[in-house]
Amino acid sequence: MSDTKIVDARGSFCPGPLMELIAALKDISVGDELEVLSTDQGSAADIPEWVAKVGHTLTANFEDQGVYHLRIRKAK
Amino acid sequence: MKRIVIVGGGTGGTILANNLARRLERELEAGRVGITVLSASAQHMYQPGLLYVAFARMAPAELSVDEASLLRPGIDFAVDPVTAFDLDHKEVKTQSGKTHGYDYLVIATGSRALPENVPGLKESAHHVYTEEAALKTCAALKAFEGGRIAVVTGVPHKCPMVPLEITFMMYEYFRDRGLLDKVSFTYTYPIGRVHSLENVAKWAVGEFARLGIHYETLFNVKEVDGAKRQVKSEEGGTLDYDLLIAVPPHKGMEVVETNGLGGSGWIPTHRTTLAMEGREDVFVLGDTTNLPISKAGSTAHYEAEVLGENLANLVTRGLALRAYEGKVFCFIEAGKDRATYASFDYQHPPEPQPPTRAIHWFKLAYNRLYWNSVRGLL
Ligand SMILES: Cc1cc2nc3c(=O)[nH]c(=O)nc-3n(C[C@H](O)[C@H](O)[C@H](O)COP(=O)(O)OP(=O)(O)OC[C@H]3O[C@@H](n4cnc5c(N)ncnc54)[C@H](O)[C@@H]3O)c2cc1C
Repeated sequence: MSDTKIVDARGSFCPGPLMELIAALKDISVGDELEVLSTDQGSAADIPEWVAKVGHTLTANFEDQGVYHLRIRKAK
Repeated sequence: MKRIVIVGGGTGGTILANNLARRLERELEAGRVGITVLSASAQHMYQPGLLYVAFARMAPAELSVDEASLLRPGIDFAVDPVTAFDLDHKEVKTQSGKTHGYDYLVIATGSRALPENVPGLKESAHHVYTEEAALKTCAALKAFEGGRIAVVTGVPHKCPMVPLEITFMMYEYFRDRGLLDKVSFTYTYPIGRVHSLENVAKWAVGEFARLGIHYETLFNVKEVDGAKRQVKSEEGGTLDYDLLIAVPPHKGMEVVETNGLGGSGWIPTHRTTLAMEGREDVFVLGDTTNLPISKAGSTAHYEAEVLGENLANLVTRGLALRAYEGKVFCFIEAGKDRATYASFDYQHPPEPQPPTRAIHWFKLAYNRLYWNSVRGLL
């Protein structure tokens, strides 16, 4: 497995963290993980919902000093 | 002599070159600085006009001018696309076989729509991201006498307003043709609301309700079955259509990928200095950055202004002073005669105003004023 790619979506109002995640998943291999950084509270709920709907795996979800960290493993 | 090489003669590259030529006029005249723009096309196209081409409100010929006519005197310009980047030796190679050394390199090669990256999308959907596609969309809209229109959006894409704008413009187009009772509209969007910007999404949902436009969120196109006229989503949904309008997924330029500068053609870029990650002498501008902001002409414009000031200071006194704060400004056409706008940066969300005729007329005026804007006259 390669290093976890960081998607720095802090301060992203448009396209926003979920859209950044969807785009970034195209550039990693199945089984690899990436971590989205977001300052948007809404994306802390949106991203897990989308990840579950599409069938990827959320491996971590925590907040640290106002930044949400969401780790996703690509399943397909 | 300090050599600045700008790769790309589109919105970002042209604004930057003119900004630098103005700031470094004396240095250019004295031969202490050289500015070179290398582009892939002799023509500069005002891309937002393609949306109007689809509705027969602008002609393709109105959208392009000679790039050379937009550049200030003293700037070297060549239509000679870069084929190789050798950043360790501070040089780029071009299609004609030339090598250009640089002290500072700026990459502003833009992005491209790739409908072929979604099975069935290229064959079955219409879009407005090239002149040819916009003309075909215009013909398809004209020929359409009724049925189900579906709008699907790929990720990532340039100009975040196109999905909503094209939907509202189609609504008014068919209303004007007296066909509203025969046409239904379904708008889909990849995330959990109808637009990335929360306030814009709230406004658009109200408009959809008022106009009877259906919508579906968390809808990412997986494939299109043209024979069945059906779209399948990554999330497991299906959508039937008679006319499919797409905002195709985009990538950066192939040359960026093949040279290993960034996956999918997006170059890792520092969010405030605009330096390519890991490099002090390479900067990135416009659509081809990997920054989490809208891929829009206004983004390229604001970035170019910051970079122009910083590069001029770097060249003359070795110091970059300004930070790019993530500023973006987008007009939003809310139909054929009203518009609003969204303005935001890394720290401040937009507060959209209700659409007005005045903003619409300003947008139409901007469609013409663009050329003065890239010349640095606005
Ligand atoms: C239908 C549509 C509607 C839009 N509406 C809006 C809008 O309302 N508002 C808004 O702000 N933005 C809008 N945009 C987006 C806007 O046009 C782009 O975001 C903007 O042009 C990006 O600027 P750029 O300098 O990054 O790239 P571009 O302007 O695309 O320029 C890229 C340049 O790089 C050159 N190039 C490519 N490859 C090479 C190479 N290998 N070597 C040298 N040169 C190369 C190209 O020839 C071109 O000159 C719209 C776009 C479209 C298509």
